[in-house]
Amino acid sequence: MAKLRQAAIYGKGGIGKSTTTQNLVAALAEAGQKVMIVGCDPKADSTRLILHSKAQTTVMHLAAEAGSVEDLELEDVLAVGYGGVKCVESGGPEPGVGCAGRGVITAINFLEEEGAYDEELNFVFYDVLGDVVCGGFAMPIRENKAQEIYIVCSGEMMAMYAANNIAKGIVKYANSGSVRLAGLICNSRKTDREDELIMALAAKLGTQMIHFVPRDNVVQHAEIRRMTVIEYDPNCGQADEYRALARKIMDNKLFVIPTPLEMEELEDLLMEFGIMEVEDETIIGKTAAELAAEAA
Amino acid sequence: MSLLNREEAEALIQEVLEVYPEKAKKDRAKHLMVNDKAITQSKKCITSNRKSVPGVMTQRGCAYAGARGVVWGPFKDIIAISHGPIGCGQYSRGGRRNYFAGTSGIDSFCDVMFSSDFQEKDVVFGGDKKLAKLIDEVEGLFPLSKALSVQSECPIGLIGDDIEAVSKKKAAEIGKTIVPVRCEGFRGVSQSLGHHISNDAIRDWIISNRDGKLEPGGPYDVAILGDYNIGGDAWASRILLEEMGLNVVAQWSGDGTIAEIENTPKVKLNLLHCYRSMNYIARHMEEKYGIPWLEYNFFGPSKIAASLREIASHFDDTIKEGAERVIAKYKPAMDAIIAKFRPRLEGKKVMLYVGGLRPRHTVGAYEDLGMEVIGAGYEFAHNDDYDRTMHDLKDTTLIYDDATGYELEEFVRQLKPDLVGSGIKEKYTFHKMGVPFRQLHSWDYSGPYHGFDGFAVFARDMDMAVNNPCWTLFKAPWQKPAESTAEAEAA
Repeated sequence: MAKLRQAAIYGKGGIGKSTTTQNLVAALAEAGQKVMIVGCDPKADSTRLILHSKAQTTVMHLAAEAGSVEDLELEDVLAVGYGGVKCVESGGPEPGVGCAGRGVITAINFLEEEGAYDEELNFVFYDVLGDVVCGGFAMPIRENKAQEIYIVCSGEMMAMYAANNIAKGIVKYANSGSVRLAGLICNSRKTDREDELIMALAAKLGTQMIHFVPRDNVVQHAEIRRMTVIEYDPNCGQADEYRALARKIMDNKLFVIPTPLEMEELEDLLMEFGIMEVEDETIIGKTAAELAAEAA
Repeated sequence: MSLLNREEAEALIQEVLEVYPEKAKKDRAKHLMVNDKAITQSKKCITSNRKSVPGVMTQRGCAYAGARGVVWGPFKDIIAISHGPIGCGQYSRGGRRNYFAGTSGIDSFCDVMFSSDFQEKDVVFGGDKKLAKLIDEVEGLFPLSKALSVQSECPIGLIGDDIEAVSKKKAAEIGKTIVPVRCEGFRGVSQSLGHHISNDAIRDWIISNRDGKLEPGGPYDVAILGDYNIGGDAWASRILLEEMGLNVVAQWSGDGTIAEIENTPKVKLNLLHCYRSMNYIARHMEEKYGIPWLEYNFFGPSKIAASLREIASHFDDTIKEGAERVIAKYKPAMDAIIAKFRPRLEGKKVMLYVGGLRPRHTVGAYEDLGMEVIGAGYEFAHNDDYDRTMHDLKDTTLIYDDATGYELEEFVRQLKPDLVGSGIKEKYTFHKMGVPFRQLHSWDYSGPYHGFDGFAVFARDMDMAVNNPCWTLFKAPWQKPAESTAEAEAA
């Protein structure tokens, strides 16, 4: 059998990581791949489209009920959904208490120790909370975990800032281990020249835009039914887009240590594409009253 | 051997520093000095209260140790909850020999351990609910406690639990004071910050509780601050103050209670023994309530007499006469002790490496016995401690701040003192070197050492260590004396 590939999906919060991941995974499953999703976000919404559930019961919640994570069995935390996709959610606290990062660490250690990564699997996808705010959320890309990282982004300014920052984080771990940037997935927001912009950014980062996923309301229609597009409407065009993404990832050979951009370089790029205006340094630090006085 | 002169002492420091890498050498050089009484400000010649050099052996505890172990542990009717994983609670419980009068588990809780026994799930989901439940359970099981304190271990600070909110809520529910103490171990460079944090917590959560409600104090009311009643020290001190006519309202914190803390703002004078760990609250009470404070020293008859007179100088003639009466009463007993032990200890050299106050406070007691302190250092002192130390020690005495294991051993090896006074971690090193040793943190299972009664014990113990016949039996008969030189080098 093929060697297990572990991939982590990062990206700015709200960019559509979980939706993209689940549609991608559904497409892989449809193509006969054995896949597992590990949700690394306390919100636990990384598997709902595969399982048709509101939110899967998480490793940490089960551990809290049982007393400790050592009291759990793999079957307790593992659910199987569409296309035989195995699903796990690490779980964590409600916002404002505790330590969500530690929850990710604990859950992933548990999965490893319990042998969740069995020989049958072709892919594991870690769907990670938007910002790598602490060591816990970098857990999926440490030694012997995810080797390839996909960043979901769009042509919006903040999404690209985030992508560049994530690339910086990857450099740190790439130099000490074998994790590599494997590509940008553009989840379209229908901004101008979005594909060109992301391709330009990818080139600067030393990677590729692996696929441009167009925007289509069928994704939302499927989501309302807690389904992926692949399952909800397998014949629609959008399903083919996810299939294309799945195919490209299966065939992907371009794994690089990224070359993140300096802030100025990134801003130049954004200006070139008209996303950002040339900065007017004469107005910095001036109040509305001062500017009005100047205009008068 | 006699004391080193200045050049020799400085040369010794240089020699000891020689083994360090450049950066460590530069850092450590600032923490070692040869005493010069002409200098009045220690900051000109020694650096303290800095982060230790990594890789050396130091013994400075952590903020939690300074809070849970030092300040809060000895208050007998305040249940100290060690909030976090189990080890911190277990290893800070009842190891300090701070005596208390009461029934353990009924009205006294010094040697009982309360821990929230943090697990992974508590870290991930937060421990506030568990803390609230724990407080309910403690209240159910030990209803006679008078107050609780929550001693934060490291994870509490890392995950941002709101122990203040829990403390406030539960305090209202159970009708007792609950003090949250933010003494996470990673804060600060030694246990010292834990003392400060605890003083501040007492200030913010206890001491003002009875503002405007206290009965006026009597003219002779005093409080003892910074006596932890190790082996009964505070008791041996208190009786002297009472004998001279003072009314001891509170003991902080050895054998102390929350009622005593709350009553302290009505005293006329705060008496401060361990300056390092309680000067903060003394200064606060001076500012807020106008209570003067006085640092005193109850080790050895000379310092005790001087301290009693200085304390009395803050009061009227009744007390001044009382002080003289007490000094006179104990003089024959003290003279007898000195007559007995001084001939056996005269001229013996002592090196000290201890915590808050003892590297300076015990000097007088040793001198009463004819002994000489040739080296002294603190684990976690600040420069105001060294200001106080420099004039208590002779010129050219070696002073070492946050000494590393290596430095201490090397100084002892070269200065060959007749006695080393330090902690349990140093004890066996020096025993193996054949140097008499007394544990000066918890008095080696002995005490008290404070007060006139304590001096009797102190003198006996020092004699017992220095003149113990075992030190002459270190060499097997067949090893001496021909091979002894070679063997000493090999060691």
